[in-house]
Amino acid sequence: MRGTDYVLKRIAFAIVTIFVAVSLNFVLFRLAPGTAVTNLARVPHATPALRNALKKQFGLDKSKSEQYVIYLEQLVHGNLGVSFENEQPVSKNLRIAVINTLPMVTIGTLFSILIGTLTGVIAAWRRGTPTEAATVSSALGFYAMPTQWLGLMLIIAFAGVLPTGGMTNEFLLDPGFWQHLRDLASHILLPALTLGLTLYGEYTLIVRSAMLETLGEDYILTARAKGLRPWTIVRKHALRNAMLPITTLVALSLGYIVAGAILIEIVFSWPGVGRAVYLAVQERDYPMLQGAFLLLTISVVICNLIADLLYFKLDPRITE
Amino acid sequence: MSEASLLIEAPPEGGQNRRGFVLHTLRHRPAAVIGATILVLVALGAILAQWIAPYPLHQQVGPVFAHPSWHHLLGLDDGGIDMVTLLMWGARVSLVVGFAATLVSMAIGGAVGVLAGYFGGWVDTVLMRITDYFLVLPDVPLMIVVAAIWGPSLFHIIIVIGILLWTSTARVIRAQVKSVRERVYVKRARALGAGHTRIVFTHVLPQVAPLLIANTVLTVAVAIFDETALSFLGLGDPSTTSLGKVIENAFQRAAISAGAWWAIVWPGVLVTLIILGCSLVGGALEDALNPRLRVAHLGARTFRLRPLVGRGQDAL
Repeated sequence: MRGTDYVLKRIAFAIVTIFVAVSLNFVLFRLAPGTAVTNLARVPHATPALRNALKKQFGLDKSKSEQYVIYLEQLVHGNLGVSFENEQPVSKNLRIAVINTLPMVTIGTLFSILIGTLTGVIAAWRRGTPTEAATVSSALGFYAMPTQWLGLMLIIAFAGVLPTGGMTNEFLLDPGFWQHLRDLASHILLPALTLGLTLYGEYTLIVRSAMLETLGEDYILTARAKGLRPWTIVRKHALRNAMLPITTLVALSLGYIVAGAILIEIVFSWPGVGRAVYLAVQERDYPMLQGAFLLLTISVVICNLIADLLYFKLDPRITE
Repeated sequence: MSEASLLIEAPPEGGQNRRGFVLHTLRHRPAAVIGATILVLVALGAILAQWIAPYPLHQQVGPVFAHPSWHHLLGLDDGGIDMVTLLMWGARVSLVVGFAATLVSMAIGGAVGVLAGYFGGWVDTVLMRITDYFLVLPDVPLMIVVAAIWGPSLFHIIIVIGILLWTSTARVIRAQVKSVRERVYVKRARALGAGHTRIVFTHVLPQVAPLLIANTVLTVAVAIFDETALSFLGLGDPSTTSLGKVIENAFQRAAISAGAWWAIVWPGVLVTLIILGCSLVGGALEDALNPRLRVAHLGARTFRLRPLVGRGQDAL
C-alpha cells in the first residue's frame, strides 16, 4: 500500500516538525542571555509562593538538559507557565484568545478564497482582454499592500459607518442573542475584509495560472467538441482539476494568514492571539510570547498536514 | 519528493549570453518596464535624499499635522516634519533593510542550494530536510520572537529577516544546480581535473546567477514587507526612520483620529509601489528564466511557498 506509506510519512514529518518547533522554542527562550527571558518564575509582583511553585514546576534550579525534559513534560500537560502581565496561566489566556481569533480568521480566509477563485477563473477565461488586465492588476495591487496599512485605510474609509475597534460594543447592556450576534458581525466585518483583501490577490494569480494550464488540456477540447456550454466547461471540467494546486497553495499560505492576523488584530484591537503576541512584545511578557509562538507554529504545521492529506485524497496518484 | 521532474533539461535560451538575456527580458515585457521604472525612481529619491529632500529630516518646519500645501506638498507629520522629506529618508532605510536582509538570505540560500545540488547524496538529504522544516514554520512569529529577545536595532532586523527568508532560494538554486551539474561541459571540466571549487565558481554559478537575481528581487519585496510588519509591532530600530516606522508612528500618534490622512496614506502607497515594482520585475525575470517553473509568474509570496514542482507535479 503506497498510499498508507504516503500518509504515514506525512504524519511523521509533521510530528518531527512540531518537535523541532518545540525545541526551537526552548532554545530561543531558555538558552538566551538575560534572566528575565529565561526565568519563567520572574513574574513581576508575584508572591514568593507563586515563584517557588513555578521554580519547582519547571525545575529552574536544575541543569539545562534536565530543564528541557521537564519542559517537554509540562508541555504535554499543557502547562506553559504564568503570564507576567495578569498572573493567569498562559494556556488559559491563550484559550480565550484563540476563541476570539478563529471566527475572524475563518471568515477572512473564506472571503479571500471566494474572491480569489472567482477573479482567477474570470481572468483565465477572459485571457487577453481588458477584463483580465483589470483583475490581474488589482490582484497584484492588493497583494503589494502592507496588511496593517490596508486595515488603516479601511478604517479611514468606513469610520462612522462601521465599528473600527474591539469585538463588541461595550455600551450594549444586556443584549439579546440576535442583537449580540449583529453587534459581533458588524465588528468582525472590517478585520475580516482586511484579511480577505490582503490574501485574495495571491489566490487570484494562482487560480488564474492553474486554470490556464487546465484550459489547455485535451479533455477541454473534447468538452467543447461535445458542444457543452462554456460556463459548464469552466465549472465542471476545468475548475475541478485546477482545484488541486489551489488546495495546496491555500494551505501553504497559512503562514501569511498568521502574519496578517497579527497585524490586523493590532489595528482593530481585536482581542485574539495576534494581539496577545503584540501585547506580550510590548510588556516583555515572555511566557505569553513563547506560548503564543508555540500555538501559532503548531497550528500552521497541523494545517499543513491536513492540506497534505487532503491533497492525497483529491489526487490519489501522488505517492511521493 | 520525486526528483525526476526537477531534472527536466531545458536548452539554454538560444545560446545567447545570459546577461543580455536579462536586459532583453526587462525591455520586452511591459510589466517589467513599469516595475523597473518604479524601482529606479524610488531608488533615485532614496539615494539622493540628502541633496534633493526639501527640508532637513529632524527639523520641525511647521505645525503638527499641517495640511498639504504648496510648501509641503504631502503635509506634515506628528512632529511637524515635512512628509516628502520623511518619505525619501524612509525609503532609503527600507531599501537598505530590504537589500541587506536579502543579501544575507541569498548567501545562506545560495550556499545551501549549491552544496545540496552539487554534491547530492547525504549532503543533499540533510540540507533539504532542514530546509523543509524551516519552510513549514511560519516566518513572522519566529521573527517576532527573535527580534523581541534580541532587542530592537536595524542590524538585528536585517539578520532576523535574512536568516528566515533563505528557504525558497535554496530550493530553486538546488534544482537548477542539479541540472547544470549533469551537463556535458561540467563533466568535461571534471574529466580535465578541475576541482569542486573551480567547477562551482566558473561553471555552475554563472549558469545559476540570473535565477539568483530574479529570486533576489522577489526576496527584497518580502524583506521590506516583513520590515514594516516588525516595525509596526514596535520591534523596529527606534533611532532610524524606515517606511514601516513612519506608518507605525502615524498609527501610534492617532493620525487617523486627528484627520491627518496624509501622514498615513503616503508611506503605505510608497511601500506598495516598491513591493509592486519588485514583484513585477522579479516575476518577469523568473518567468523568462526558469524553464521548469511553470507557476513562475505567481509573484513573490507564492514563490516563497514550496514551489508546486517537487510535490505531486503530475497533477499540474
